[in-house]
Amino acid sequence: MSLSYAECTARERLALLLDAGSFHEWLPPSERLTSPHLAQLGVPCAFDDGVAIGRATLAGRTVFVAAQEGAFMGGGVGEVHGAKLVGLLQRALRDRPTAVLLLAESGGVRLHEANAGLIAVSEVMRSVLDVRAAGIPVITLIGGANGCFGGMGIVARCTDYIVMSDSGRLAMSGPEVIEASFGVEEFDSRDRALVWRTTGGKHRWLTGDCDELVEDDVQAFREAAICALSAAKPVTSALLETEHALLSARLRDMPPPSDDLDDAMALWQRLGVADAQRIPDIDVAAMHALRVATEAQR
Amino acid sequence: MKWNTLVTQLFGPFHGMREVGDFLQGEVLFEGELLTVIGTTNHASIGVRLALAQARVVLDTISQHPGRPILLLIDTQGQQLRRRDELLGINRAMAHLGMCIDLARRNGHRVIGLVYDQALSGGFITSGLIADACDALPEAEIRVMRIPAMARVTKLPEAMLTELSESNPVFAPGVGNYVAMGGVRALWEGNLQVALRAALSEATGEDRRARDGALRGGRKLAADVAQRVLNAA
Repeated sequence: MSLSYAECTARERLALLLDAGSFHEWLPPSERLTSPHLAQLGVPCAFDDGVAIGRATLAGRTVFVAAQEGAFMGGGVGEVHGAKLVGLLQRALRDRPTAVLLLAESGGVRLHEANAGLIAVSEVMRSVLDVRAAGIPVITLIGGANGCFGGMGIVARCTDYIVMSDSGRLAMSGPEVIEASFGVEEFDSRDRALVWRTTGGKHRWLTGDCDELVEDDVQAFREAAICALSAAKPVTSALLETEHALLSARLRDMPPPSDDLDDAMALWQRLGVADAQRIPDIDVAAMHALRVATEAQR
Repeated sequence: MKWNTLVTQLFGPFHGMREVGDFLQGEVLFEGELLTVIGTTNHASIGVRLALAQARVVLDTISQHPGRPILLLIDTQGQQLRRRDELLGINRAMAHLGMCIDLARRNGHRVIGLVYDQALSGGFITSGLIADACDALPEAEIRVMRIPAMARVTKLPEAMLTELSESNPVFAPGVGNYVAMGGVRALWEGNLQVALRAALSEATGEDRRARDGALRGGRKLAADVAQRVLNAA
């Protein structure tokens, strides 16, 4: 039976994605570790500050895992939330699990404690890169309704491997923020199809911004995470030169704005997708076949 | 401070730094040692293009000048808020810049960030905040969001946020708050050459910001919470 990953809470995802009963939480809600800054503002707190962290097994291998809860402040990173992520990564560096899984669902920095959140996200970024440098893969799963935005969108791209669902979204600034700054002509945040073409799983998979595309299904995420356990990609000069060449080519080849063809579709065409208009309508299996075809062409 | 005034005070009138668009670049001689300097000016908004331009110079410094220190001069209004940048994967380009700087540090380059004018959220997180140390001029401004905008987004009264910002540095813009929270290591006051020399000699690869935040009283929980995770049964 298929169970939507997007509709699960962070804790449901942990229970269903990891080996049954294997999740052992650190700083669980019973410790009532809350944000003092939210309390000062009179805003409701959560006893886990919106993220559950701990160790578990996945297909019998030890993993460390964090799951952000999108229903609490949009998964926003505050001081405590960020420090839990940093602590988990530091512990991974010490205890050397097989991998670290990041079940990311976040709007980025929590604006209620903006300064502390911004510094915290940069500390998470550095800790992720420390863990990677130790040869332990950090794997990001993105499929929550709130997507993965802002600083967490950058953190995700600092990790070794990203799994996304079609309905997952990965970007930096949210469409609402862009619309508020430059108007509805720049980005109509209520045009759901446009938002998905710009930030959604299919787009990120076609461009290689994510490594695997799965159905919105907890078991599909589990299987992809198991496959990714050996996906460590050490950060070397060669890797970053390849990345630089890819991003430079994409910037250079991005077709100019046109009234005839949507920007995303024009980019997909440029990437070798013959029938770019069809993309929004096809399923994940057909997407896989399509990327195989375009890669063979290249 | 204008970037030209800054680099003239640091490196003399023949510093040789160039401004191309909003991008600053140069190789300067400081006390007998060559430094790579990269920066932005005019409160640049950092899009894919500007992130890649900075990353290119960092990669070139790693490959051509092993161990050479890198100085990042920061003046940005934040990430570019455009749909096409999102389509092109601005988060990936930002991460790439951050990872280039991080690799430089791991390869033995000391990397110092200096906020000489203003720094905002996305433009700052993969430059100064990923350096060995981020410093600032006293007159610089650092923030995620202005208080009126923060009040709108959080739906909290502006007066309340303003009042709280007096006592709690997490809410309000200001370079002093970032020092208190450990995000900024030190302010460059007085002679700028002395300050740069100190920054270079004190640079370590270790991330001390959470501990500094606790010691300075501006971010009391971060170091403690991370330690509790390490100690948890």
